[in-house]
Amino acid sequence: MKITKLFTNNRKLVLFSVIFYVVVDVLHLTGVLNDYWIQITNVALINIILAVSLNLINGFAGQFSIGHMGFAAVGAYTAGTLTTIIWKLGVANSITKYLLFAVALILAGVAAAIVGYLIGLPTLRLRGDYLAIVTLAFGEIIRVIINATGYVGGPRGLLGIPKLSNFTIIFFVTLLSVIIMRNIVFSTIGRALKSIREDEVASELVGVDITRYKVLAFTIGSFFAGIAGALLCHLLQIAHPTQFGFIGSINVLVMVYIGGAGSISGSIVAAVGLTFLSEFLRLGIDNLNKIAPFPVGPEWRMVVYAVLLVAVMLYRTAGIMGGREFGILVPEEEGKNATGSQA
Amino acid sequence: MLKVNDLEVSYGAIKALKGITFEVKSGEIVTLIGANGAGKSTTLRTISGLLKAKRGQIFYKGDEITNREPNEIVAMGIVQIPEGRRTFPDLTVRENLELGAWTIKSRKVINDKLEGVYELFPRLKERRGQLAGTLSGGEQQMLAVGRALMAEANLVLLDEPSMGLAPVLVDEIFEVIERINKEGRTILLVEQNAEMALQIANYAYVLEVGNIVFEGEAKTVAQDPKIKAAYLGA
Ligand SMILES: Nc1ncnc2c1ncn2[C@@H]1O[C@H](COP(=O)(O)OP(=O)(O)O)[C@@H](O)[C@H]1O
Ligand SMILES: [Mg+2]
Repeated sequence: MKITKLFTNNRKLVLFSVIFYVVVDVLHLTGVLNDYWIQITNVALINIILAVSLNLINGFAGQFSIGHMGFAAVGAYTAGTLTTIIWKLGVANSITKYLLFAVALILAGVAAAIVGYLIGLPTLRLRGDYLAIVTLAFGEIIRVIINATGYVGGPRGLLGIPKLSNFTIIFFVTLLSVIIMRNIVFSTIGRALKSIREDEVASELVGVDITRYKVLAFTIGSFFAGIAGALLCHLLQIAHPTQFGFIGSINVLVMVYIGGAGSISGSIVAAVGLTFLSEFLRLGIDNLNKIAPFPVGPEWRMVVYAVLLVAVMLYRTAGIMGGREFGILVPEEEGKNATGSQA
Repeated sequence: MLKVNDLEVSYGAIKALKGITFEVKSGEIVTLIGANGAGKSTTLRTISGLLKAKRGQIFYKGDEITNREPNEIVAMGIVQIPEGRRTFPDLTVRENLELGAWTIKSRKVINDKLEGVYELFPRLKERRGQLAGTLSGGEQQMLAVGRALMAEANLVLLDEPSMGLAPVLVDEIFEVIERINKEGRTILLVEQNAEMALQIANYAYVLEVGNIVFEGEAKTVAQDPKIKAAYLGA
């Protein structure tokens, strides 16, 4: 299947998404959903991009990257620096600011992809789990570099980023990103990636240039992480080194494995589910603290969260979705001979 | 078609091949027999480009292919059916087969080849939507052979296709190998099951701890008293 077939093959997915978009918008306008929950929804959508893009590397290509937020940081700081500088010049009007944001998003993706390529090429040639070590180190190094770079705010973070992200932009960028990655997964590239995941030697023996495809998956995954980082910093109006640290990367990893490695649907379900769950738990613990006769500290949120994660992994070792996809995410022309079954 | 000259291969300090020389003529079935650990798989892995040679050369149709990348070697027309089948367990039978045709771009050619494989192995057609990991050992071996046949290959390297199969299935697999050969593919067959291999091969080499110690027409080798004692249990 052609990666460029963005909409012809996705009528149901696009229709469903547009309905979802309209419903959320209407609920927002009528005040049923307040700004707070729209904000959580925005974060959940950005988490979808992060989880699906990491799943491309870890779940589909079978490589183990654990520093995904490092690439989000590259994207966030690239785009954030650019828009902040241009914003200060005062040249952007209500239309050109979106053009500026579009350029910034693409540059964020490209910058993260270049860094991903430079890290992936030497590392992915080697057999074994070097990628885990290198990406772990990269995630830390990028944080140290940001901390030491006064020009982008150092440990204070990059402040005063214009608020260019909103629900509409985030929603459609997420939809487009998911469709592109979905198309890749169902294309011959996706098939090569899965063969590498299943058996590298057998993959080489059918003629797949495994280094090339591993690097490609890693570069594409980094590209979308960069976009996600750029969306996030223009939503929160700040890019801060701690947002992109190890804990953040682990959170994305958890989404991938809770949802199911090798399932885009799983990453979507887990990204949305865990983002909201985390928020519900926070509210729940706050309320409990008000009525309980003894203090219930906020750290209990992480305890409950962890217990729930362990429970999911115990009962569904392959994640919520296993390797399956929702029918709506299977390209219409490929529905019959797709990998695994539809849910 | 394939010429291997003074090939030496090591795993770190362990010398697995100590300078072997042999040849596979076009249209023939040539077998390389030897005990466990003799270096048979190492030989095939080096031809396929998975391992690098320390010394010596490999020529295919007159071109030197020593230490080329595996994907280039497949594209040149050499395909290997590895030891232990190594199918892609979480992909369907059909996806496994289509991956075999990775180096072919034409959809039509791929579909024709797919039909050819389904004709040879009707069982694979019945199970085309099933995950390869759920097939029986015999079916997986069929799939591994089918996957190799999907490639545009003139030389097929087989690494112990009889391993772990019930006798009926071994017969079936050897029949398939002969049939593939009759259809025009040259075969280099590596086996511990010397008896079966010598029955279908034209020419044989005997490998012992990294050296070729004996060679000859398969029929002659099968009659040799030393070989009989060592490899044929007679
Ligand atoms: N990956 C490896 N690392 C180290 N030594 C190996 C490796 N693979 C094979 N060997 C050694 O190389 C020799 C030849 O092995 P191999 O080619 O697999 O033999 P065969 O296929 O004839 O059973 C053996 O001594 C084996 O122990
Ligand atoms: Mg062997």
